[in-house]
Amino acid sequence: MLRYLVYRVASIVPVLLGVSIVVFLMMKLVPGDPAEAILGPAASTEKIEMLRRSLGLDRPFHVQYFRWLWKVLQGDFGMSIAVNVPVATLVWPKFWNTILLTLGSLVICVLVGLGVGVVSGTRQYSWFDRISMSLTLVVANTPAFWLGLILMVVFALRLGWFPATGMYSMRAAEPTVSDLLHHMVLPAVTTAAVSAAIIARLVRSSFLDVIRKHYITALRAKGLSERDIVLRHGMKNAMPPIINIVGLQVGYLMGGALFTEVVFSWPGIGLQIYSSIVARDLPVVQAAVLVTTFVFVLVNLGTDVVVAALDPRIRRA
Amino acid sequence: MSVVNVPLKDGTRAVSRAALDSAAEARMFRRPSEWRIFWEAFSRDRLALAAALVIALVCLAAVLAPLLSPYDPTVGDNDLRLAPIGTPGHLLGLDGQGRDILSRLLWGGQVSLAIALLPVTVASVISVVLGLVAGFFGGKVDMIIMRTLDVFFAFPAVLLAVAIAGVLGPGMLNVMLSITIVLIPYISRVAYMATVTVKSELFVDQARVSGARPRQILLHHILPNTLSPVIVYGSTLVGIMIVLGAGLSFLGLGITPPRPDWGIMCSDGRNFLSVAPHVSAVPGIVLILVAMSFNIVGDGLRDALDPKLRK
Amino acid sequence: MGEALLEVDDLHTHFHLKKKTVRAVNGVSFAVRRGEIVGIAGESGAGKSVACLSILRLIPNPGRIERGRILFSGEDVLTKSERQMRELRGQTISMVFEDPLNSLDPAFTVGALIGEALILHKGLSRRDARAKAGELLRLVGIPDPDRRLDNYPHELSGGMQQRVMIAIALSCDPALLIADNPTTALDVTIQIQILDLVKHLRDRLGMGVLWITHDLGVVAKLCDRVVIMYAGEVMEQGDVYSVLKRPRHPYTRRLIDALPKLGRPDQRLMPIEGRPPDPAHLPVGCPFAPRCQKARVECEASAVPLIETGDGRAVRCLFPED
Repeated sequence: MLRYLVYRVASIVPVLLGVSIVVFLMMKLVPGDPAEAILGPAASTEKIEMLRRSLGLDRPFHVQYFRWLWKVLQGDFGMSIAVNVPVATLVWPKFWNTILLTLGSLVICVLVGLGVGVVSGTRQYSWFDRISMSLTLVVANTPAFWLGLILMVVFALRLGWFPATGMYSMRAAEPTVSDLLHHMVLPAVTTAAVSAAIIARLVRSSFLDVIRKHYITALRAKGLSERDIVLRHGMKNAMPPIINIVGLQVGYLMGGALFTEVVFSWPGIGLQIYSSIVARDLPVVQAAVLVTTFVFVLVNLGTDVVVAALDPRIRRA
Repeated sequence: MSVVNVPLKDGTRAVSRAALDSAAEARMFRRPSEWRIFWEAFSRDRLALAAALVIALVCLAAVLAPLLSPYDPTVGDNDLRLAPIGTPGHLLGLDGQGRDILSRLLWGGQVSLAIALLPVTVASVISVVLGLVAGFFGGKVDMIIMRTLDVFFAFPAVLLAVAIAGVLGPGMLNVMLSITIVLIPYISRVAYMATVTVKSELFVDQARVSGARPRQILLHHILPNTLSPVIVYGSTLVGIMIVLGAGLSFLGLGITPPRPDWGIMCSDGRNFLSVAPHVSAVPGIVLILVAMSFNIVGDGLRDALDPKLRK
Repeated sequence: MGEALLEVDDLHTHFHLKKKTVRAVNGVSFAVRRGEIVGIAGESGAGKSVACLSILRLIPNPGRIERGRILFSGEDVLTKSERQMRELRGQTISMVFEDPLNSLDPAFTVGALIGEALILHKGLSRRDARAKAGELLRLVGIPDPDRRLDNYPHELSGGMQQRVMIAIALSCDPALLIADNPTTALDVTIQIQILDLVKHLRDRLGMGVLWITHDLGVVAKLCDRVVIMYAGEVMEQGDVYSVLKRPRHPYTRRLIDALPKLGRPDQRLMPIEGRPPDPAHLPVGCPFAPRCQKARVECEASAVPLIETGDGRAVRCLFPED
């Protein structure tokens, strides 16, 4: 187990390096000259040249990359073009807001997905199974942004049960947890919906696979009750693929949160990426993508480790 | 032994099995063509067939938009702005600028479908090549290709698509390029796994039975086996990309107005949610329907191509 | 040999599928006495496994036991509640299956799997269960038992996995052990070891054993009595020596003839041509008739009854050999 852990942790280093290279190159893809973009079209060629030199843009690519990487590793993401503050001050607070939203969505999507999936999986062909499978098929193909709009119309604008935008009430003297949760419901449900549907379908098929396995019959022959079989043996065996997918869904949640944040004006890193793209503020985009991907890689690492802990056969491989 | 009509326990009668002559036996075992097998299996799945029909109709409608569309999708009628569904002459109502929604749906279909179909197709071709090369040659080539793809796998897909599209700038070509780039690692992995699986089966046979064969012929064997999982995966991906493409358009990263597409239509309706939700709701419903259909067809293809489920 | 432990009487188990009914077991009767090893032999698909799963009422939907009685220690198992059945399973009647790797939950250690039955049925603590599990592993001949307790099934060889299955089956001192083809997946040498082990355990513990196989060699080596099944019916039964030396049913004779004989390398192999009938479309008459050399019109015309011949043997044939 320890050996697998070490191996897995070591393997993310080249990946992260590759990610940083890709992010760096992405910014270089931008059409047009960055110095010109900062100074505007009216600037003189001399000024542009000076800025280029001070930004290090006249150096060869790999030198630029290593200078940039060195700064990033120290937490310096440069200055925002649009707002003229260090990018880090823009990115970090928003990042935590997105983490909050993602956690809330994760809770909803795992609970709903697992619950519906287990019940469907252990009661194949029942009315619950048929209805839930039809519903999940529709929800899994629903655009998150559209769902957000619809939920907003129904529950915020028409029924007034939840606020339509934002993370906290503007009028409140100080932020409270209940206020936060109240604001989080619609965005979290929107973000969680597609993943919950996907997880439900997967849990169901995973359970159906396990229940058909021969060792389940052998366990019944031992005199175990269906409940024991499902909860102890079924769960343990059905879990690895489920956890795998839940891990992947976290990535989706972090990406999908982008649409939700835009629709509900949730001040997270997704909304920040969006507004920075619109404002052509590329250093912010670069930093936000880097940070989010880094976390995604770590989450995947975590899921792989958990899966290996549960399924002894993987550790050997 | 002569043919004897034997009574069965359930009350019917049947021919005694040992009485079958060799001709009948041979007939039982002749195999129909692959295409026939596939079509029979696929058409047994009524839902998949219905979904395929929906897709065909939608594609047809989009292609024929210039003929079918009752109005110009970019011209608005100021008096009828935000008119609801069922307004005489405008089956699905009008949007905030007085443009007919049905017409915009038809024309928008061209863009929304293209954003999904083209990138998936192009990415599939590239991915099959990558997967075949990596899987077949193995060793260093395998490592280089798959490790590079692993780096792209590390990004959350939606984030990467938004970032690339955002960085490249608005425009249909940029959106399609962004989606293609994001898709390549996923499809390549499917192609790669298929190649590796077939290769391990073939090698054993080839080495023992007939000695070395030209690589061309091996490609003849490996390629078809790699294509079917890619086609199945691709069909499901088209559905997902229709939604993602619409999402990028929704964010303003896609095509530029006044050309409509389903994502932009949803975004247009944002300002009128409380008074005229149909402007955003209708294109979304179309998105769901089409995406679902591709999803169902993808499942149907998978089941029909699975040798274990064939009779 | 003791009194009758298990009496299966006219058992019918059918599977009701959408378009057809698969009649897996049609009127099967046999008995197992305490301390006796009874073999059920026949080709694949003869209904042997279904008959034994029926004894423990482990037939899944859409299967159903249509008719018959299964008396265990005098009580009809088919009238018991599910809870009573769970009391029986793994404790009084236990079962060993064909493919040990797929019959052991891969996510649990050997110790946990053996201990589970002990904790469930005998209320042992984890520690006591683990100790008893170690003893059981020793009993079934696994070396270094204490280390093996922490192994996972996939870490053991096929022979050891099967011994583990037997250990699980024996953990609560069952009166009857049902074994469904447990040695087919194993090497011949390992197979012989397992057969010796079972015989030895029977001698030591006095339980009854029901052993399913399609290998008459196994029957000859292990069993006291044998039941020959075909297409869900009993074709012949009796004590092993007489049935194998002087088979009465043409099918039994063909099965014996099909075995390769040592010491006669020039003898041609004699498989039985044709295939067993489709269990969804079984003929009314003798199911073996289409493949039988001696069949006549009467054989296929109507059902053939099972005739007991007084010397402990029974045969279902209108023209038995002798």
